[in-house]
Amino acid sequence: MDSDLIVQILFAAVKTGTPLLFIALGEVICEKSGILNLGQEGMMLMGAVVGFLAAYSTGNMGFGVLAAMLMGSIMSLIFAVLVLQLGANQVATGLALTIFGTGLSAFVGAGFVGQTIQGFPPIAIPFLSDIPYIGRILFSHDILVYFSFGMTAVLFYVVNKTRIGLTLKAVGENPNAANAIGIPVLKVRYLAIMFGGAMAGISGAYMSLVYTPMWVENMTAGRGWIALALVVFASWRIGRIMLGAYLFGLASIMHLVLQGMGWSISPNLLAMLPYVATVIVMVIISADHFKEKLLAPRSLGKPFDPRNMA
Amino acid sequence: MIRIQARTEPSSLMKVASPLLAILLTLIFGSILFSAIGKSPLQALQVLLIAPLADTYNIGEMFVKMGPLLLCAVGLSLCYRANMWNIGAEGQLLAGALGGSAMALYFIDSDSAIALPVTLLAGIASGMIWAAVPTFLKLRFNSNLILTTIMFNYIALYLLIWAVHGPLRDPQGFGFPESAMFTQATLLPTLFESSRIHLGIVFAILSGIIGWFILSKTHLGFQIRVFGADEPAARYAGFNSKKLSWLVMLFAGALAGLAGVSETTGPIGQLVPNVSPGYGYSAIIVAYLGRLHPIGAIIAAIFMAVIYMGGDLAQIEMGIPVAVVSMFQGVLLFFLLACDFFINNRLSFSNQATN
Repeated sequence: MDSDLIVQILFAAVKTGTPLLFIALGEVICEKSGILNLGQEGMMLMGAVVGFLAAYSTGNMGFGVLAAMLMGSIMSLIFAVLVLQLGANQVATGLALTIFGTGLSAFVGAGFVGQTIQGFPPIAIPFLSDIPYIGRILFSHDILVYFSFGMTAVLFYVVNKTRIGLTLKAVGENPNAANAIGIPVLKVRYLAIMFGGAMAGISGAYMSLVYTPMWVENMTAGRGWIALALVVFASWRIGRIMLGAYLFGLASIMHLVLQGMGWSISPNLLAMLPYVATVIVMVIISADHFKEKLLAPRSLGKPFDPRNMA
Repeated sequence: MIRIQARTEPSSLMKVASPLLAILLTLIFGSILFSAIGKSPLQALQVLLIAPLADTYNIGEMFVKMGPLLLCAVGLSLCYRANMWNIGAEGQLLAGALGGSAMALYFIDSDSAIALPVTLLAGIASGMIWAAVPTFLKLRFNSNLILTTIMFNYIALYLLIWAVHGPLRDPQGFGFPESAMFTQATLLPTLFESSRIHLGIVFAILSGIIGWFILSKTHLGFQIRVFGADEPAARYAGFNSKKLSWLVMLFAGALAGLAGVSETTGPIGQLVPNVSPGYGYSAIIVAYLGRLHPIGAIIAAIFMAVIYMGGDLAQIEMGIPVAVVSMFQGVLLFFLLACDFFINNRLSFSNQATN
C-alpha cells in the first residue's frame, strides 16, 4: 500500500468515527452520573431524521444540526422522567426509547426517503492542513468534525479539572453521599441525560447531513449500540473514547479497504466486521472483572429515590 | 391536595391493571396522533384493532404472527426473571431460520418422515448456539450480555443475508436472494383448510404452558423467581447462578430458534432476507406486557399480533407507514413502565397540606 492510500483510509476512519465519537461522548457523561441509557439508537435516529427534515426544508444546515440536538434532548427527557421521577427500570426504559425512536423516525421520514441535500462542505484549516499526512487526515474535514474535536477537549477539561466534573462523578459514584452534602442528584442526572440526548441528536445529524447525506430508515445501523460498547472499551475516559471512535470507524470501513485491495470476500460477510470487532473488544476489556468494577461509575444503572432518604 | 405516597405493600391489583391501563393510554395516544396527521381516529382504530379480528382469514393471520412472538416472549420472560438481559431473541430467531433452512434444503429431494423433525431440531440447535455464545462470554469473560446479544442480532442478520446471496441461493431463482422453495417433507402442516395457521402456533402455546409449569411448579422455577426478586438471598441459599443462567438462556435460544425455523418451514416456505419484521424485539414488549409470566405472555402476544396485523392493514387501507407499529410498541412500553409506578405507590387525596 502506498502512503496516499493509507492517508485516505485514515481520513475515512476519522469521518466514520465522528458520529460514534459524538454519541459516545454524550453517553459517557450520562453514565458518569450513574444512568445507563440504552435509548441511544432511538435518539440518534430521531436526530438524523429531524436534522435532515429541518435542513431540507429551510436549506440551512446549521439549523438542521440545532433541530437534531433539540430533538435528541426531548427524546431523552421522556427517558429521564420515567427513570428519575417514576423509578422505572433503566434497561427497559432505554429499550422502549430505542423501539419508539426507530418507529417514529421511520414514520416522520417516510415521505423524504431518497431525497438528498448538499451536506456540509469540507473546510481545510489553514496551515494545519498543510502538515504532511496529519493535515490531510485530521484537518481537511467538515465543520462538525472540528466541533467534535472541540467538544472532546472541553469535556476532557470539564470532567477532569472542574467542580462540575467532580459533582457529576460524585453523583455517579455515590448518589446518597452526594445528596447528603447537598448536591441536587436528580437535577444533575436530568442535565446529564439531556446532554446525552443532544449529543445523540448531533450524531444522527452527522449521519443524515454529512455522512450519507440523505435520510434512510434505520440508517444508523446499530451505531447507538456500538457507542455503548465504546464507552466500556474506553473505560469511561474521554480521551480514550476519541481513540476508540476512530478505531471503530476504521473497523467499519475495513470492508471497503479490503475490497479496494482486491480481496474477493462477500460484502455481506465483511459488513459483520464492526459488530464482531465490538464483541471481541468487549470480551478483552471486560475479562478483567476487577478492573472494570473499579472503572465503571459505581451506581451505574441503579435507581436513586430521594424519598427513601431519611 | 394530591400527593404521591409509597404503598406499604405492592398492589396486586395494579400488577394486573397496569398493562390494561397502558393499552388504553396507548390507544388514546394513537387517536390523537391520527387526528394530528389528518386521519380519522375512529377509522384508524377500527383498522388497527377491529379489522384484524373481523373475519376468519384475518384471525388466522393473527395466529400466524402470534406464534413467533409468543415463542420468543416465553423464553425472554424466564431470562428477565433470572436477571439475564437477553436482547438477542431476534438474532436467535434468525439463526434458527438459517440453520433450519439449511437442513430443509438438504432434505429437498427427500420424502423421509424424519425430514421435518430433523429440520426443526436444526433450527432449535442453531438458536441455542446463538444464545450460548453470549452466555459463555458473559459467564466466562464478564462481558455485557445486553451488548453482546445485540451485536449477535446484527451478525445473524448479515450471516443470513450472506447465505441467501451465496450458498443457500436458489440456483434456478434468477439471482434473487432467496432459497429454493422447501418441499412437502419439510413444511409444517397447516391446521385448517383455507388458512395459513400451522403447527407453529401449537408449539407456541405449548411453550407458554411449559414455561408456566417450569416457573410455577418446579424447584428450578422457584430458584429463578428468588433470583429475580433478591439476588443476594438466592446466593445465600446456595443457588447455582451459573447453572440457572445457562438454563434460561438455552431455553430462550431454543424457543427463538424454533420460532425462526417455524417461520421458514411454515408461512414463508423458503429462506428470505426478511424472515422477521422485528419479532424478537417486539417479544421484549410482549414479555413485559405479560408481566414476565408465560401465561400472561399468551394474552400479550395476541394483542401484539393484532397490532402487527393492524399495521399491515393500516398501510394497505389508509396509507399509514407500517413503522407506526414499532412506534406504538415503544409508546406502549413507556405507558406500561409509567403505570407500574403505581404498583408501589399511590395517589392520596387529602385536604391537608403536606408537611
